[in-house]
Amino acid sequence: MEISFTINNLSQTIELEDGQTPLLWVIRDILDLKGTKFGCGMAACGACTIHIDGEAVRACSFPVEMAGGKHITTIEGLGTPEHPHPVQQAWIDAIVPQCGYCQPGFIMATAALLNKIPNPTDEDIDRNIINICRCATYYRMRKAIHKASQLQSQTVNPLKS
Amino acid sequence: MGKGKISRRTFLIRGGLSTIGVLAVGTYVFRNALRRKALKFVDTTDALYVGNTNDPMLWFEITKNNTIILHSPKVEMGQGIFTGLAQMAADELEISMDQIKVVHASTDSGNIDGLSTGGSLSIAGLWHPLRELAAVTREIIKAEAAAKLGVEMRYLTVSNGTLTANGKTMSYAEVMEGVTEWTLPEVSPTLKQLKDYRFIGKPIPRIDLYDKVFGKPIFGMDAEMPNMLYGAVVRPDRIGATFIDADTSDAEQMPGVVQIVKESDFVGVIAHSYMEAENAKNAIKVNWKVERHWQSKDIEDLIKVGNGRSQIIQKEGNSDKVLQEDDVLTMAFTSPIGAHAQLEPNGVVASVEADRATIIISTQVVGITRKEVAECLGFREEQVTIIPTYLGGGFGRRLHTPHAMQAALMSKAIGKPIKYFFNRKEEFQNDMFRPPTHHILKAKLNDDGLIEAIEHQVSSGDVAHNSPILPHFVLPLIGADIGAIRGAYIRYSRIPNQKVVSWHVDLPFATSWWRSLGLLANTFAIESFMDELTIRSGKNPVHFRLEQIHDDEAGQRLKAVIKAAVKTSGYQDEVRNGRAMGFAASVDSGTPCAQVVEVSIDDNHIKVHKVTCALDPGVVVNPDQVRAQCEGAIIMGLSASLYERMYVKDGALYPTVYGPYEMALMRHAPKDIDVVLLQGMDDAGPVGEPPLGPIGAAIGNALRRLTGRRYRNLPLSLV
Repeated sequence: MEISFTINNLSQTIELEDGQTPLLWVIRDILDLKGTKFGCGMAACGACTIHIDGEAVRACSFPVEMAGGKHITTIEGLGTPEHPHPVQQAWIDAIVPQCGYCQPGFIMATAALLNKIPNPTDEDIDRNIINICRCATYYRMRKAIHKASQLQSQTVNPLKS
Repeated sequence: MGKGKISRRTFLIRGGLSTIGVLAVGTYVFRNALRRKALKFVDTTDALYVGNTNDPMLWFEITKNNTIILHSPKVEMGQGIFTGLAQMAADELEISMDQIKVVHASTDSGNIDGLSTGGSLSIAGLWHPLRELAAVTREIIKAEAAAKLGVEMRYLTVSNGTLTANGKTMSYAEVMEGVTEWTLPEVSPTLKQLKDYRFIGKPIPRIDLYDKVFGKPIFGMDAEMPNMLYGAVVRPDRIGATFIDADTSDAEQMPGVVQIVKESDFVGVIAHSYMEAENAKNAIKVNWKVERHWQSKDIEDLIKVGNGRSQIIQKEGNSDKVLQEDDVLTMAFTSPIGAHAQLEPNGVVASVEADRATIIISTQVVGITRKEVAECLGFREEQVTIIPTYLGGGFGRRLHTPHAMQAALMSKAIGKPIKYFFNRKEEFQNDMFRPPTHHILKAKLNDDGLIEAIEHQVSSGDVAHNSPILPHFVLPLIGADIGAIRGAYIRYSRIPNQKVVSWHVDLPFATSWWRSLGLLANTFAIESFMDELTIRSGKNPVHFRLEQIHDDEAGQRLKAVIKAAVKTSGYQDEVRNGRAMGFAASVDSGTPCAQVVEVSIDDNHIKVHKVTCALDPGVVVNPDQVRAQCEGAIIMGLSASLYERMYVKDGALYPTVYGPYEMALMRHAPKDIDVVLLQGMDDAGPVGEPPLGPIGAAIGNALRRLTGRRYRNLPLSLV
């Protein structure tokens, strides 16, 4: 079957036999975007969190056939070292990562949270950021999430200016 | 510029023998007292690095753009080792932080760690040798520059990788261009004073920060090779299952399957994609031989003080005699089976050709991975290249890499590179678990409310024993598992009568290294018991401990962290506004740590609000990363103390997925962590594991004040 979608602002058409294949493996092994990680394959850890039409989705449990026509963003499309997303900038400022494996998933989950709740309370963070970090960088992450919220609110929205 | 040839001299050799090596040259049959001496040696000896420390050219590569590449034999698994090593090297090389790059040393570089990345020994073990290697390299470059500029070395000034004399300047790269034979200086250069370092001691942001924030492909799981296929291996889900044979007829018909691989002890499938390999693997019917269907109760019965082999590891005075008298307090404690649960599954990419093999892998034991792959292929070690990557968590799990052999055999069978990794269920059921433990503590107080005699008996499965890192004769030689006894010693040195006994039990499933080894469970037992004794003595928990520690160097350092944690936290032994503070301390590999927690019970859940941690690892190379290690260790220890537990049912280990294997999430992490770093010695000591020690006991001690109950089993539960 053939599936077309937009990923990191590029339109892509994928030809594959099994439409049930998790989107994660299409992203990693066909499109060669390795920043989205495999942790559990059961949507339990969040290492594979991406955005589909702006919503945080766990790609390991999302059949590729459901991605047709969608707008997908992965960590590679969120920001660059020259133009980091506010969440990435906050992560850098707080020196959050240790091993780093789960971090793209947390960063994507946080970016999606700030789209919905620009100024999250600690309770909002506890309820929404439910990925797993085995290095247990949660203490710095919480600080970084609040910082990202500040940075995002300071960013001038080009559509409004 | 590549690596230069040097005329070899061996004046920089230090270490070279691990503590294990030193023990191995002793006589085989130790009497008990001698064994204890040997164990004390393990407990107190300075960390040594096992690998090459006499050839700078194995370590440093100077590039044409005047960058120096450090080929690190230590792997980066989150502990920030690349950053710490870069700081140490840059300071003695006289280059700036942006002039140094760190890469994992492949085995082809020749810079191979003889033991592992583990035991919190990387900074500690390389603190002297790496700075000397860097200083020697700088001196080599200076000597060469002096010759080229026609000046005496003493007239050269060096700064940021550039040499200046008589108004002429040359970069390191220009100096070394075309040089193929270098001479090591006659005398090892003097290292700089701590105060003169520009980078050591500073909170330099970790050098892999950007790669990790922007999702660069840096892990073993991200590796690929041209024409690569995907492998999958059927793993047993029962304890003690041995492979008999397999029916692969259905799997052979599955889409994408290229070949079935049957070896003597496993069956695998090779396919075009991961999902195809995974689906075909699930269609293979393996005939396993399972002798017994184990249950949790069986394991609990096995892990009991009194079972298996025992060894007295600490003895002062005559505790046996005192503890036969009246008024002896006895308590038992347990800890459960723990899983590593590192996020990146174990995986490997292997390419085997007629006479050589290349393996890309997340491993903590580069040398052992190479040895094992060479052996299984019938190759010499030189025919095998191991390319280590960043690790998506280590925690001790990657000290075992037999999957590299399986991938190599599959690649050999198909003649193409193979990528192969565990799924999460396989991770959980084939982990090298933290062994369960059982502890019995006994003590008697004297008339002054101090401890007259104390005894700790601990039973554990393998930690160091049966690991490929250690020779098999080590356990019989010294009588105790040197991993299981981490944290088992009584550190209250003024107690006149003390005895610690280590019991070792063989379990039916594999257990091994888990960050901090026995430290978490042993400290939980000892410090919970100390707290109970405090309450019976009527003394303040802190004074009670301080009074019973000698003023020798180790005692002074332990007392200092206790006082620092108390002062910083404002510790009070009372319940205020529904919150209680809990205190505990430990010493691990010479690094003392004290923690104070603030705990409440909210909706029948244990809530840890704040943790204050005082740690004395000696010289700190990067205070930001040491703090990060403390924060991570505290929350990982909290997770193990409050939530984590594997159980055994009808012959299998469960849970098999995150969630049911409960772990600390964002909502469980303390919002406030205060880390105080002390420097009680001039050397750099272990950091990554010591702060995992006190947390479980500290939380239990706070709960004792909130509920009046003593919590004796991990994970701590209110019901």
